[in-house]
Amino acid sequence: MRKSWWKIVCVVLLIYTVIAGFLFNVPRLSIVNETIRALYFHVPMWFGMVFLFLFSMIYAIRYLKNHSLQNDIYSTAFASVGLVYGLLGIFTGMIWANYTWGTPWHGDPKQNGAAIATLVYLAYFILRSSIENEEQRARLSAVYNIFAFAAMIPLIFIIPRMTDSMHPGSGGNPGFNMYDLDSKMRMVFYPACAGWILLGVWISTLQIRTRLLEETILDQENE
Amino acid sequence: MKALLIVLGILASPLLFAQEVEMADTMRSEGKIYVVVSILVLILAGLILYVFLTDRKISRLEQKMAEKKG
Repeated sequence: MRKSWWKIVCVVLLIYTVIAGFLFNVPRLSIVNETIRALYFHVPMWFGMVFLFLFSMIYAIRYLKNHSLQNDIYSTAFASVGLVYGLLGIFTGMIWANYTWGTPWHGDPKQNGAAIATLVYLAYFILRSSIENEEQRARLSAVYNIFAFAAMIPLIFIIPRMTDSMHPGSGGNPGFNMYDLDSKMRMVFYPACAGWILLGVWISTLQIRTRLLEETILDQENE
Repeated sequence: MKALLIVLGILASPLLFAQEVEMADTMRSEGKIYVVVSILVLILAGLILYVFLTDRKISRLEQKMAEKKG
């Protein structure tokens, strides 16, 4: 185990999330009822995704600066785990929407924005798989990565706030005001976000380390 | 007296309204929520154990590789 203290923090936070998420008191609201607890699991997927995509972009910029293949490996790993989080966010959201809004796909601006952002990142992997040359692939996908992040932020955070959205915190109503009536929810929600972000980073590092091992093996074979 | 009752009624109405929202109170009072929580914690623990074991396996490979190189 390498640098294991934050992995222990991650495990503790996630187990705390499940226990506190189901046992602590939540505000009694009509329509959402007990499903308000889905906030502890659905929203951290998006927080995790945004952070992982941010790390991915940072390593993409680093690659463009020094052209080291290692940065390309980091960037791809963060993007792929981020994409998994995004897909989980969309599907958990669809289950929740089916119960509270009546249909799984409501055409809500935030829902559509998230779907487009996910497609933008899917295209990142299609772009990667379509280029044979290693350096060219790394360079082009690093440039595209920066574009993808720049496209995702307005799609998820800005456009839904400018129009009416069924999501809380949208339609000129910033933050989680509706849910924050109860400060107890924050005591579970923030640790949940931290825990899921850490798990995403952990899984990314596993992918990075395997890829780096693969590279050293290939290097040795070429010697 | 009547006015006082009305005022009290208005003051207490948010509380009454809050109780009307249907939550899983019965399930909680019967303690069945702990069944759900234990199952989820067990599944989570199992998945985390898997990630942990993969991490350890990669660490071993890294060590092997370092020895081979050195």
